[in-house]
Amino acid sequence: MKEPLSPELQDLHAYVDRQLPPHARQRVEAWLEANPAAKRRAEDYAALREGLRALYDPALAEPIPKRLRRRPRRWLRPLGALAASLFLLLAGTWIGMRVERDVRVPLAEVPLVAREAAMAYAVYTPEVRHPVEVPGDQEPHLVAWLTKRLGTPVHAPRLEQLGFLLVGGRLLSSDDGPGALLMYENAAGRRVVLYACRREEREHATAFRFAREEGVAVFYWLEGSLSYALAGEIDRAELLALAKSVYRQITM
Amino acid sequence: MTGGITGELLASQIPRLRRYARALTRNAEAADDLVQDCLERAWRKAHHWEIGTDLRAWLFTVMHNVHVNTLRRPQPETEPMEHDDYLDSRPQPADAGLNLRDLERGLARLSAEQREVLLLVCLEEMPYEQVAAVVGVPIGTVMSRLHRARERLRDWMADEPKPILRRVK
Repeated sequence: MKEPLSPELQDLHAYVDRQLPPHARQRVEAWLEANPAAKRRAEDYAALREGLRALYDPALAEPIPKRLRRRPRRWLRPLGALAASLFLLLAGTWIGMRVERDVRVPLAEVPLVAREAAMAYAVYTPEVRHPVEVPGDQEPHLVAWLTKRLGTPVHAPRLEQLGFLLVGGRLLSSDDGPGALLMYENAAGRRVVLYACRREEREHATAFRFAREEGVAVFYWLEGSLSYALAGEIDRAELLALAKSVYRQITM
Repeated sequence: MTGGITGELLASQIPRLRRYARALTRNAEAADDLVQDCLERAWRKAHHWEIGTDLRAWLFTVMHNVHVNTLRRPQPETEPMEHDDYLDSRPQPADAGLNLRDLERGLARLSAEQREVLLLVCLEEMPYEQVAAVVGVPIGTVMSRLHRARERLRDWMADEPKPILRRVK
């Protein structure tokens, strides 16, 4: 059978975990002073705790995904559930009729670059470990690589002043050939992506246009040989400020 | 019948549950699955919680039960995510004093029981009695699991040589 832990070791752990009453704490402190090996052990234990906090405390500040904020529907009371189903049925019918009509509207209203940016945002920003192929601390390499693959100069705009730091970037394949994706993140863990891909006709530049794709806000514009789109789930005004900053830096 | 539980009360505990689940599973997606299962079960069992008692302790007990059930279920074969040449692009606090990547690997080598006790004590700073109640074992067992977890991690961190980890400047 397992031996119970010795009283000294129990005290040692309780000391590290600050679970001792004051008098016992003083007693253990005195004992540790006289026992360098035990003291080292206590310090190591405390360092392990700090390491675990450093690893996992960042999870506390992450935005909570929608699926965790929802109350599961099946626990609604039966009457509520019935009302909800009726509502869904009506809403479904209405949406169905709308979609039926909207099919005739040309799909080109939201251009490819905006949709691809929104898609890239949805696919890559939830990634914790592999959000990018090349991390932001290798920026010169990242920029050189994307420039080479797109065949046109790519810059990584600096958005520190607006609170966003470069996480890194990756190469995407789009319908128009290679696309460059840069990801930025603010202190609250919110991410935005800047997407750029080549375009065929380069006669006209455009002003910012705004679109919303599946809840993701996108500002997009054309400039030089590239189409740009900035996408994120942030306030429209904040996204616009970021887009303006990107635009200024690119055209400078 | 949801006792005194409200969406806000539960929501206030979600960040803690996520941190704990992240450390238990070391996988963001699996962790949120675990939290979601835990919250669903909490709603279903809400009438078991008494107003005025410690909601956190109750939720972590629910989480423990969900986690144990998950572990009992046969798991599909998965490829471990740890690669020695893999570089995490997240900035790591420089002052941590430990190689955090090593620590994460060491944590993965503990038994599920040791890991659970260690994390409740270190991340949640739960009193030992409460850990015993959450995990459903006597306090003596909590202490010996805690001790073995810390000793194994300490040995692991002291062990040389480690797979070489390149830091990118």
